[in-house]
Amino acid sequence: MPKKVHETPMLDQLESGPWPSFVTGLKRLAQDNDMMADLLGQLEASYQDKKGYWKGGTIGVYGYGGGVIPRFTELKDANDKPRFPAAAEFHTLRVQPPAGMHYDTATLRKLCDIWEKHGSGLIALHGQSGDIMFQGATSERVQPAFDELNEAGFDLGGAGPALRTSMSCVGAARCEMSCFDEARALRAVINPNLDDMHRPALPYKFKFKFSGCPNDCVNSIQRSDFAVIGTWRDNIRIDEALARAWFAGHGMEQLVNDVVTRCPTKALSVKRAGTESKAAHVSAVRMSDDQVLEIDNHDCVRCMHCLNVMPGALLPGKDRGVTLLVGGKSVLKIGSTMGTVVVPFMKLETDADLERLGELARNVIDFFADNALEHERIGETIDRIGLANFLEGVGLPIDPNMIVEPRANPYVRTDGWDEEVAKWEERKRDAA
Amino acid sequence: MAAAHRAPIESGVPDPMPLMHPVMRKNYGKWVYHNHPKPGVLYHRAAGGDEIWTVKAGTQRQLDVHSIRKLCDIGDRYADGHLRFTARSNVEYMVADASKVDPLIEALSAAGFPVGGTANSVSMIAHTQGFLHCDIPGTDASGVVKALMDELYEEFVKCEMPNRVKLSTSCCEINCGGQADMAIIMQHTKPPKINHDLVANICERPAVVARCPVAAIRPALVNGKPSLEVDEKKCVCCGACYPPCPPMQINDPEHSKIAIWVGGKNANARGRPTFHKLVASGLPNNPPRWPEVAAAVRKILATYKADARPWERMVDWIERIGWPRFFEKTGLPFTKYHIDDWRGARRTLNASTHIRF
Repeated sequence: MPKKVHETPMLDQLESGPWPSFVTGLKRLAQDNDMMADLLGQLEASYQDKKGYWKGGTIGVYGYGGGVIPRFTELKDANDKPRFPAAAEFHTLRVQPPAGMHYDTATLRKLCDIWEKHGSGLIALHGQSGDIMFQGATSERVQPAFDELNEAGFDLGGAGPALRTSMSCVGAARCEMSCFDEARALRAVINPNLDDMHRPALPYKFKFKFSGCPNDCVNSIQRSDFAVIGTWRDNIRIDEALARAWFAGHGMEQLVNDVVTRCPTKALSVKRAGTESKAAHVSAVRMSDDQVLEIDNHDCVRCMHCLNVMPGALLPGKDRGVTLLVGGKSVLKIGSTMGTVVVPFMKLETDADLERLGELARNVIDFFADNALEHERIGETIDRIGLANFLEGVGLPIDPNMIVEPRANPYVRTDGWDEEVAKWEERKRDAA
Repeated sequence: MAAAHRAPIESGVPDPMPLMHPVMRKNYGKWVYHNHPKPGVLYHRAAGGDEIWTVKAGTQRQLDVHSIRKLCDIGDRYADGHLRFTARSNVEYMVADASKVDPLIEALSAAGFPVGGTANSVSMIAHTQGFLHCDIPGTDASGVVKALMDELYEEFVKCEMPNRVKLSTSCCEINCGGQADMAIIMQHTKPPKINHDLVANICERPAVVARCPVAAIRPALVNGKPSLEVDEKKCVCCGACYPPCPPMQINDPEHSKIAIWVGGKNANARGRPTFHKLVASGLPNNPPRWPEVAAAVRKILATYKADARPWERMVDWIERIGWPRFFEKTGLPFTKYHIDDWRGARRTLNASTHIRF
């Protein structure tokens, strides 16, 4: 016999309007789930009082130290008894989704059945780190719910000071901008390091994210400690038929105002047909019988703007790979920081390439584990010790692509100058 | 006892390949072209000529199993049994036959899932847990998003903005919702209220002291008990001490306000990625529909929509017109709180005579 549904006058106001209502969903669950009926009672109290009523704790599954977010109610009556007892324990299981968040309906239905059986029936698709969040289980049901999810091919994600669940964009599955196999790279980096996800022992959280091109659709540069972003080294490829079709539809005004003048490095110019450069680093595409769009690929920073405006007419080159950036994070504690370049380019095609990325990822995690202060993100560590020391620690060479500009102050001791120059010359010789 | 425990299978990230729509699997890494036939629909073509249409729809993100099964029913009936989700909790169905697009749109619309969110739309708002599950929220997440998306519904389904518009909300200054063209974030305005009876038992005091970004917290004996005290002149009301020390209550029904930040962008397109900047604060935390926040969001978006040129994201538009004109056009007041005084802040000052008149 389902519990009486609590009055929820404030939440009820979120059932009207055109956007799908989570309140309607919660109420539907509450019809045959006591936990959800009481959860609605507590949520309504939060709306009335403008206060949260959950506290954390320690709940886990056998063999793992993380991946469950425990929640116990703090909304108690005068006798210290929960006001909404069926929702007094409302724990979340964070579960790693398939890379790229692809599902077939049979898999999703199975996840629903498991959660209906053991939990509240409420699932977030997906959390901000990418987890499938199974929200609302009692302490007692966390283990059996995990066992069934785990037998179905799913594993817990990260929580606390640990390697966190990762995300990749749709990428190669459906996007012509994709410069590497995002899903494969994600699995190649995360799956060998699950010990650091399931048994939290790092100074603080550590996140990887994988975006197939510099449009960075999973926001890796701002949201991850280690961003893997696709790019290319050779010329932008052109498809003249699609370029001509674009120009026929949009005209010179849009070519100039929306494409050429928006290039951040002035790498684009419009030329009269026949006068375009024949240099090897120039892509020239005939937009019409009279007009050519010329791209100086040496000046191009692969920002993606012109490719975005003229899809298919301009495409990433064939010599593809990734740029790696380290140190992105949100506010706490020094303010938000972006990831910054630590590897300007590396190929990511063969098994050996993936192994190199995996080794570098492991090196950076180890450096973080050994050198970061408690509750410090790697971006803060770099802020504290300087990029040069970080690079030396993880064994990466310095590169002028890592800076926007050289230092503008003289407060640096430079008595190792000649040795550093010798290293630069040696790196140049090695690269040649 | 040990025999009673089942050891976990540390399988990690599942392989997406068996779950992916077969046309995507077949053409993996071979796509060469896309366009945007209409709002909510994307068309992609692979090198070998295979085609796929994607229909995107908004969801409530906090999905009950009945809604997920409804999405599955639609997938089984209209979309070959496959679907995926975007980073902003939109659902995407893929079909390899153009004639399947309109029935899919009809089915989604009939089931209450708005079709849109592609190209130059205001997409679904990235958000977090709020009152539903967070242990430190100043406000709700899903409710703010539901209220705002009701207001912005037309911009989600029509795709008529100058460029993409990404929004986020966060229930505290930690900003789990993330950077965005426009971010709606709780901003506390008073120092934490400390329950000195509980600090010694609940909080690891040195860790709490270390957590403060402005070194405003110090150990103290209060009423004979070991506790912590806050130098309220130094305190920036960020709430960083509250998660490790719940007796330092930062949330306040009246004094915790809502702020609006604009101009964040993670894409490298045109300028480098940017962080969002504070433009408005002091808005009341007013559930269940946060009308004051909704009005401010609508005003900023309408100004951007009317004034930005094609392909200008919020940040590109403001870079062109300048901040003084942004405040003038949106009617938002400019205060001393907009002038950054955190470390390195002088970089944000105008060290030039570049002034628009």
